[in-house]
Amino acid sequence: MKTMTEIVMPQLAESLVSATIDRWLKQPGDRIDMYEPICELLTDKVNAELPSTVAGTLVKILVGNGENVPVGTPVCIIETEESAANTQELHSSPSVAVETAGQRADDDDSAPMRNRYSPAVQQLASEHGVRLSDLTGTGLGGRVTRKDVLSYVASGKPGASAAAASASGVDPKAQVRSSGIHLSETPRIPKIEVEGTTLPGRGETFIDVTPIRNTIARNMRQSVSEIPHAWTMIEVDVTNLVMLRNKLKNEFMKREGINLTYLAFLLKAVVNAIKDYPIMNSTWAVDKIIVKRDINISLAVGTEDSVLTPVIKNADHKNVAGLAKEIDELARKTREGKLNLSDMQGGTFTVNNTGSFGSILSYPIINYPQAAILTFESIVKRPVVINDMIAVRSMANLCLSLDHRILDGVICGRFLQRVKDNLESFNMESTLY
Amino acid sequence: MTERENHYASGMLDARYIGQVPYGEAWDMQKAYVKQIDGGERAETLLLLQHPPTYTLGSDRHPEHLLLDQEELAARNISVFEIDRGGDITYHGPGQLVGYPLLYLDAVGLDLHAYLRSLEQVIIDWLGGHGIEAGRKPEYTGVWVGDEKIAAIGIKFNKARHRRGFITSHGFALNIKSGIASEGFGGIVPCGIQQFGVTSFNDLTGRSLSVEEAAEELLPYFLKQFRYERTDNGALTQE
Repeated sequence: MKTMTEIVMPQLAESLVSATIDRWLKQPGDRIDMYEPICELLTDKVNAELPSTVAGTLVKILVGNGENVPVGTPVCIIETEESAANTQELHSSPSVAVETAGQRADDDDSAPMRNRYSPAVQQLASEHGVRLSDLTGTGLGGRVTRKDVLSYVASGKPGASAAAASASGVDPKAQVRSSGIHLSETPRIPKIEVEGTTLPGRGETFIDVTPIRNTIARNMRQSVSEIPHAWTMIEVDVTNLVMLRNKLKNEFMKREGINLTYLAFLLKAVVNAIKDYPIMNSTWAVDKIIVKRDINISLAVGTEDSVLTPVIKNADHKNVAGLAKEIDELARKTREGKLNLSDMQGGTFTVNNTGSFGSILSYPIINYPQAAILTFESIVKRPVVINDMIAVRSMANLCLSLDHRILDGVICGRFLQRVKDNLESFNMESTLY
Repeated sequence: MTERENHYASGMLDARYIGQVPYGEAWDMQKAYVKQIDGGERAETLLLLQHPPTYTLGSDRHPEHLLLDQEELAARNISVFEIDRGGDITYHGPGQLVGYPLLYLDAVGLDLHAYLRSLEQVIIDWLGGHGIEAGRKPEYTGVWVGDEKIAAIGIKFNKARHRRGFITSHGFALNIKSGIASEGFGGIVPCGIQQFGVTSFNDLTGRSLSVEEAAEELLPYFLKQFRYERTDNGALTQE
């Protein structure tokens, strides 16, 4: 008995709302074994392969390369040759929508997919005020596709909101939605630009937006549009830390084979301050604030054309040497493109080492949905007044962006002061282990 | 007088790793060795070993902290011993490095708690060398990483018959194998501490260190902390 099975975009991570198909590994007509990868997904900045949850033949690809779709959207259809009973069992798998024998029996045999609509189609229909049951599907098994909805709208039978869209001068044929705000929908800006202009004008070049760039854009926009950011800064005298590191760095390199970076000391200072102010390690959940017990530090690591935030898990369980090793490993994996999903998950607070590219002041965007992000700016020698005398000291700025729904100036001021105290209390007797 | 001369007798230690030994057998061994050390017939000794799955109840005796009944224990092939060390219930099993330092401590100026703290320090220093920040919890003996316990410590001080000091027995149990928390510690409330969990070296580091390797690595930290030299610098593992 042959069955059509939809493979849907799985919930790969708790915070994941959508993912991009990077590349199809299988084409229609290909045989597919159970658990065989069928396509590569780009999720929050990392690659993952999507395994098939059934064995069969790939019939149709529903989401093309480079398209971003919400979790739960069917991405392809696989024809399986299993008995109805087996299919029934598969139905219990949470990540796969499978038609059961029972459901199919209720349907019109000629159009088994008639009353099944993908989320993308449902959204499109509601934006245009279209009743999906009015449509005749041209898709597989009588299924209503996006194209059906759009041609229905174009054929002059649109509902109220589409009429409004026409009135406001928007061409209903284009893939442009009727209102200006689409928080839940991924902006398809690259598509519109490339299609809307045939060739770059004089003095212009087009750069294709990579899936990673698109993910960064979406996360940044979500953060600035949802989180009311506030900003504060403190300056720290790291003269003693500079001397300590100079004393230890050669021996550390000999013993561990890696650089002893200032960042490792900063992380130690930040983690210890978070322990004293756990509210920094939290997230806004509308009716409550969720304070996370584990301190997992997201580390902003820049590459030539993107920025990734791999996570140091349980950073409070590590000493300076342990943190230095983690930093080295994550930076190396980032450069080599070897980060996996688990390296990227679970971050509770972000640190960005902006000093590494010479910045002395920055205004970071919070790594959504965390509560705050801290930057470590360049260490520079400056004249400083100590006891009414001028001394030359090594100084560094720490900048903090905070979610003002959760945090206020007083608590953040205290937190930064604690980070400062921790950094300034490193001295020649401090140890790494 | 230095601390060395003050508390620890010879400065020479017979240290060895003796593989997996049933709890009762190792306990008898400890008792025999303590007598021999007391009588001057044997060098102070550090036994490093593993046990088959075993629960031991210390002098605090809270049987309610053992969550399994006799049938479940038999089904899981776990032995239970009520023993003569300080502390509450704990679990021993494969994947855990057990260390029994049988040391002579002189009575003059002896601080028994300082001995516990020194044992903890050995483990803290070793973990520190691996980048792990371990520490103590003020109210609880043992070594902790965050809110999770990685090593349990329970000690008996045996009054020496022939000298004025004490000979130590029992010691530490350091979790090495990943997943040990769910294996044995699931059946008890470890040390009667309800709110905190248990962890292991391999869980913390993602490595797969063996118990024997851990014993090799830990020994230098022990010798340094207690200022001993080995009586025999041969292989730690002996047939």
